[in-house]
Amino acid sequence: MATMEMRKDLFADERDDNLNVIGKGVQRQDMPGHVTARTRFFDDHAFDGMLHLKVVRSPHHHARIRSIDISAAERAPGVRRVLRGADVPVNKNTLLSLINFGKDDEPSLAVSKVSYKGEPVVAILADSEAQAQAACKLVRIDYDLLPAVFDVEETLKAGAPVVNETYPGNYFEYHERFDHQKLRFGDVERGFSGADIVMEHRYQMSPIEHAPTETNGSIAAPEQNGRYVVHSCAQGLFFALGTTAKIVNVESNQLHFIGGTVGGGFGGKVDTLTEPLAVLGAMLTGRPVRFVLDREEEMLYGSPRGAERIYIKDGLMRDGRIVARHIRSYFDAGAYTRLSSYAAIKCTAHVPGPYWIPNVTSDIYVAYTNRCPSTAMRGFGVTAVDFALEVQMDRLAEAANMDPMELRILNAYRDGDMKPHRRAAKNTALVECVQVAAEKANWPLSEQAKRASSLIGGGVGERAQIPATQLDARGQIGRPDTRSGPVTQVLPAGTSRIAPSKQPVMEGARDGRAAPTQVPRYEPPRPAAPPAPPPYQPAPPPSYQPAGSHPAPPAYQPPPAPPAPPPSAAPAQTQHGAVRFSSVFGTRRR
Amino acid sequence: MARHEGRGMASVNYPIGMNLGGDPSQALIHSNPDGKFTVALSAIDLGQGMKQVSRQIAAETLGVPVEDVYVDTADSDTGPHDMGSFASRGTHRMGNAIIVAAREARGVLLEAAAEELEVNAADLVTDGRGNIHVRGAPSRSITVKATAQAAQFKQGKTIAGRGIFLIPLSAVDAETGEMNPNTAFAHACLVADVSVDDETGEVEVLRMTSAYELGRVINPRMVEQQLVGGAWMGISHALYETPEPYYPNPEHGPRDFNEYLMPGPGDIAPYHVTVLERPAPDGPFGGKGPGEMCANPVLPAVANAVYNAVGVRVDELPITPEKILRGIKANGGVKPGPRRGGPVNWR
Repeated sequence: MATMEMRKDLFADERDDNLNVIGKGVQRQDMPGHVTARTRFFDDHAFDGMLHLKVVRSPHHHARIRSIDISAAERAPGVRRVLRGADVPVNKNTLLSLINFGKDDEPSLAVSKVSYKGEPVVAILADSEAQAQAACKLVRIDYDLLPAVFDVEETLKAGAPVVNETYPGNYFEYHERFDHQKLRFGDVERGFSGADIVMEHRYQMSPIEHAPTETNGSIAAPEQNGRYVVHSCAQGLFFALGTTAKIVNVESNQLHFIGGTVGGGFGGKVDTLTEPLAVLGAMLTGRPVRFVLDREEEMLYGSPRGAERIYIKDGLMRDGRIVARHIRSYFDAGAYTRLSSYAAIKCTAHVPGPYWIPNVTSDIYVAYTNRCPSTAMRGFGVTAVDFALEVQMDRLAEAANMDPMELRILNAYRDGDMKPHRRAAKNTALVECVQVAAEKANWPLSEQAKRASSLIGGGVGERAQIPATQLDARGQIGRPDTRSGPVTQVLPAGTSRIAPSKQPVMEGARDGRAAPTQVPRYEPPRPAAPPAPPPYQPAPPPSYQPAGSHPAPPAYQPPPAPPAPPPSAAPAQTQHGAVRFSSVFGTRRR
Repeated sequence: MARHEGRGMASVNYPIGMNLGGDPSQALIHSNPDGKFTVALSAIDLGQGMKQVSRQIAAETLGVPVEDVYVDTADSDTGPHDMGSFASRGTHRMGNAIIVAAREARGVLLEAAAEELEVNAADLVTDGRGNIHVRGAPSRSITVKATAQAAQFKQGKTIAGRGIFLIPLSAVDAETGEMNPNTAFAHACLVADVSVDDETGEVEVLRMTSAYELGRVINPRMVEQQLVGGAWMGISHALYETPEPYYPNPEHGPRDFNEYLMPGPGDIAPYHVTVLERPAPDGPFGGKGPGEMCANPVLPAVANAVYNAVGVRVDELPITPEKILRGIKANGGVKPGPRRGGPVNWR
């Protein structure tokens, strides 16, 4: 069904293939366990007296909570504890507050209103899952329905219902200034006016369910000394630990997270959906607590890949060169931010795709709607825009009456080309990928396209330059009237405002090329020279001798390859001043 | 009624790692007294093979057999900090941290061996099979095991190392979007061959042919697993999946695998991948990361192939039979595009 081959001949002069185990298809250390069912996942940990946590979810897309009556649920068989928003020590969080990005906007349990269908309002802890589910039905919540909004462009209009009161304009606020993240490079309007063909199209990426085999969940249990062990399926162990510590308001060393072996994630296990309430339940009951989403909860409320709506406008010359590209895109965050704010940044760095285009702009919005918050998924910030870009490229090829492969090679970015985020491309290989795929697919290419190379033609003339750039103040926070506005300033060519951060330099690298063993210069300081060996004296055998130890050294066999050189004694160059990571943009958490 | 074959392509690149800035990973490595190494991490193995990638990078750098390295992840009491397994960052970020840790541990290992052999550590090399010997004088050798025992019980040395790899934080300019994504980029091009039924609107992916450039391939079997599995996810994204089939209308969402459309075994297409290796200057042994990107080119390549087959542009995913039939009707019939190339050069 599927075959893979390696093309070792390409870029061979940039590699040393003389390695021992790198590049070998040796069996995974965990595979025998996986195929014999001995691998332990988070839900393979049983505890005596374990309680089961289930949440009561909002049946409405948007509603104010008038009252919550838990009295009948509390008296239900097997119920040990019922939790409401007031029981959660820090009942407002945003995931990226751990890197100081964005404002806390999402409660663990809703208090005054619900903003999506499925939002947790009350948590029940009972002796069995069935008892917890039965008690959920006994919770009486009185709602006042509110108008809901589901469309990313409708929600940004004046008068739309406020989805997320932390962001009353229904958009994530960038840099405390704008309702979107901007990318500005060159003069797209001039590019469009000089183009032979201008076309604009709208694309819509659907939401997608991660559908991991193992649904989201965790088990928390009291350890000694006020600590809690948490068996977790988190994709970021310390992300989950830090988020939980913040929400239940304990020091991070009171939590002992164990995970690392996860039954599929695809991005859907970055949200820390269950750990905070499981730990809180264990704290308040003194019992182990298991909180696992069932398949229906995972599918409906386990945060999907967010939908994206993308508009691409291109200016094209008849010879196939793209001279201007503008992208306007809307991430559907659902009711709360989670990670969407980051996806827009990643998308901005990805625009305009793997091509060199002299004039590029984009406006990327993160819009709140009354649906389950979306989150990271495989290709976050990139998959949807790649779909849009590559269908658009197909259209451009047709408009220029050109073969689609030839159009890609003509416009492909090459080493040294300036990208719109104002950094030069390096280590590129798009041209070669197109050539090889064409060859294997028996898709004919012109001789010119076959001769093209990522190493040739990039970074020449204007391709290496940061052009003079039109700036604007469109989309100021709270002022939708400013979304169309004039150019306010022209930034001179060559302007850079963000200091280039130091690239981790690789020890042994020459001319930017890979060396047999590449080591970033973060090696801790070592003595300038290894200490001289002490005078030899026959030593008594070690007191510790494991059974069968101390065999004679095996007969020497010539090594197949010169192994990695011994470590250099060069002084270490550390460059990581930042111990506590933080972002210097966006809204800082205070 | 007829089936129409069509061919489409797409080319993409993909950034490795978070570019929000401040993206660290740490690793700790130590040897037991028998010269067996444990790598302690907080990276997550989601099934993608993080443990094995870590193990091979550690073994290569230490210069010991891969069987003598075990990866222990993730326990917050013993594993040092890591951001997590997402953004295709694991191999690149954690791999670099492991190299740093392994180099330090290797340095102590060679110092201990040098003490036993009465030579300078700088003159020692490993053979990757558990032995350390003097460069150019292979008979002057000692096993890693004997060295570890001497280090522990005689010399009082810790054969251990610590490593961190940090991509420093980067600001993003509010007005221009200038930033330092500080990542390597992987590349791909994919060709999809499809067949479209003009009566039912059904799309069948007949085969896919691709080329991926991923930097150094650490383990080719695991790369194949990622690229093939990801491509099938791409077919699923292109043609089947969504929890909101009438988005932005939120109703009619599926509740389980009976209602959520995904391809079954019969919908899986034959697939040929060619892998190119242009090592990343800042990657572990030049490695990048194939994790996320392998679904991406499938979506537009299938959409472009459908257009080539019947002349219908579907700009809203997923590409359902309903959308295709409505498109054919709006166009006044099937409008096939130009034929592109011949039979594929693989079987």
